[in-house]
Amino acid sequence: MKYVLMFVETEQFARQLEEMGELELRQAYEAVGQWFTEHADKITHHAHLAPVHTATTMRLDGAEPVITDGPFVEGKEVVSGFAEVEVADLDEALKIARSWPACPIVEIRPLS
Amino acid sequence: MSTTGQSGDGSAPGSAGDVPADLPGHDPRHDPRHDPRHDPGGNPGWGRDRDDGSGDRGEGRDGGLGARSEQVLAGVVREHASRLAAALISLLGDFSAAEDLVQDAVETALRRWPVEGIPQRPQAWLYTVARRRGLDVLRRESNYRAKLAELRWPEAAPTDDRLRLIFTCCHPALAPEAQIALTLRVVCGLSTAQIAAAFVVPEPTVAQRITRAKKKIGQAGIPYRIPADEELPGRLRSVLAVVYLLFNEGYLSSTPEHAQARDLVDDAEWLAALLAQLAPAEPEVAGLLALIRLHRARGAARFDERGRLVLLADQDRTRWDRQAIEQAAALLTRAARAHRRPGPYQVQAAIAACHAEAASFEETDWAQILVLYDMLTYLAPSPVTRMHRAVALRHVHGAEAALAELQELEHDLARYGLWHATRAELLRELGRADEARACDEQALALTVNPAQQALLSERLRWG
Repeated sequence: MKYVLMFVETEQFARQLEEMGELELRQAYEAVGQWFTEHADKITHHAHLAPVHTATTMRLDGAEPVITDGPFVEGKEVVSGFAEVEVADLDEALKIARSWPACPIVEIRPLS
Repeated sequence: MSTTGQSGDGSAPGSAGDVPADLPGHDPRHDPRHDPRHDPGGNPGWGRDRDDGSGDRGEGRDGGLGARSEQVLAGVVREHASRLAAALISLLGDFSAAEDLVQDAVETALRRWPVEGIPQRPQAWLYTVARRRGLDVLRRESNYRAKLAELRWPEAAPTDDRLRLIFTCCHPALAPEAQIALTLRVVCGLSTAQIAAAFVVPEPTVAQRITRAKKKIGQAGIPYRIPADEELPGRLRSVLAVVYLLFNEGYLSSTPEHAQARDLVDDAEWLAALLAQLAPAEPEVAGLLALIRLHRARGAARFDERGRLVLLADQDRTRWDRQAIEQAAALLTRAARAHRRPGPYQVQAAIAACHAEAASFEETDWAQILVLYDMLTYLAPSPVTRMHRAVALRHVHGAEAALAELQELEHDLARYGLWHATRAELLRELGRADEARACDEQALALTVNPAQQALLSERLRWG
């Protein structure tokens, strides 16, 4: 089955990132790189999204499309990237997610 | 003490020949049914009428179920429904379709057995109904039809599949209330109506929870298997949490007037015993089983003849089941010694054992209980546990110390009636009557149900 792991950043995590020194930051990126290498055989696709302030939302449920600045839900937790994995079942997807070394929340959803 | 629901499942005296050798609890160490005290005694009438030899479709010919027979019936269904579910899921590879067939067979049994008597071989009867129904409703799924045609009882299953079943039903990716409903329906063989009645929620609500959970199992790819070793401790925790919740729900809602309803404590004990048999290397399972049995052992003394709750301090301890207490305590000790891996359930059981083994309330070993609460707050920290610890503290170091400890919990427990009630007791002991009254008023305002209020203070005295 295919699942998408959505990586969710919190405000606190963003702050922590900002406060990191250069060395710490490099280590953090290395840890993420290593995670992708480790699970390379299961990851079919992945992307990192540009920061949330770059988001634009269009609502199509009115007479005319309405375009607004920002993400579709204003919240303290935002999706910052995703990885698509191909595994046997949810437990295997959860196992991969468990070792994710960066942002503190991961939503796991199957592709239909 | 109620011992029904564990007894009349075909292993009653004289019917052993009907029972496949791999029934749960065939190991007498784990099986309350082999305990003479759990002998059903008044064997219900239909139990003797099981030799009609109708085999695969055997239907007993006895009507007129007695008062306890409802529970015996529930016990038989519980014993067999989960095996059928496990076999069908393995066969079809489709949890949802298999579960539908089981539920259908269970409902048919609940309708017909009270009238026709429990068949000689309930398992075979359920298999037959499920297969017939499956061949009927799954007509379009030719793949399933072919598989169902192969379904025979007994299934040649080298291992007991019910553990897989339990892990799937209690998967943490399912909402807790869905885990409970699914476990009751799939593993314990309750109908949706029975679950709704036990939890006092509308039947459609339960039905919807189950439907959603089954959809999620299918669509999200929740596997039907025992978790890998590294996941096992965490996953076992969710399973035990479900059993513990069931036990609590059943224990708190059990009153003499409520005796007609399905006794969830029966289901919780049965599940814990099944888990203890299937996962003997996990001391926390034994701990939970011991905890449940220790509480049940004093069940007869919990209510007076007018059906009112009796506080621990005032209970007639001669009505406690001493033998059951000894056995549960021995079970706990064995598990603790064999594995030396303490956990919250073992510690809670040890606290319950301290209370249960005291000859009188005055002889309670509070110092030991306090040490155990120290362990519990370390293993499973929670404000409520600290509050209970404060009660033990009062008996060891006095009301002043306990009150100071409670004060630290104000932020977490200010909305919790029992916290105020506990403070009230301590303040009264210290001669601060006005403050005590104010706390009691707060407690009352926060607790809607007067019976629950009484119950809460009883639990409080338990430590």
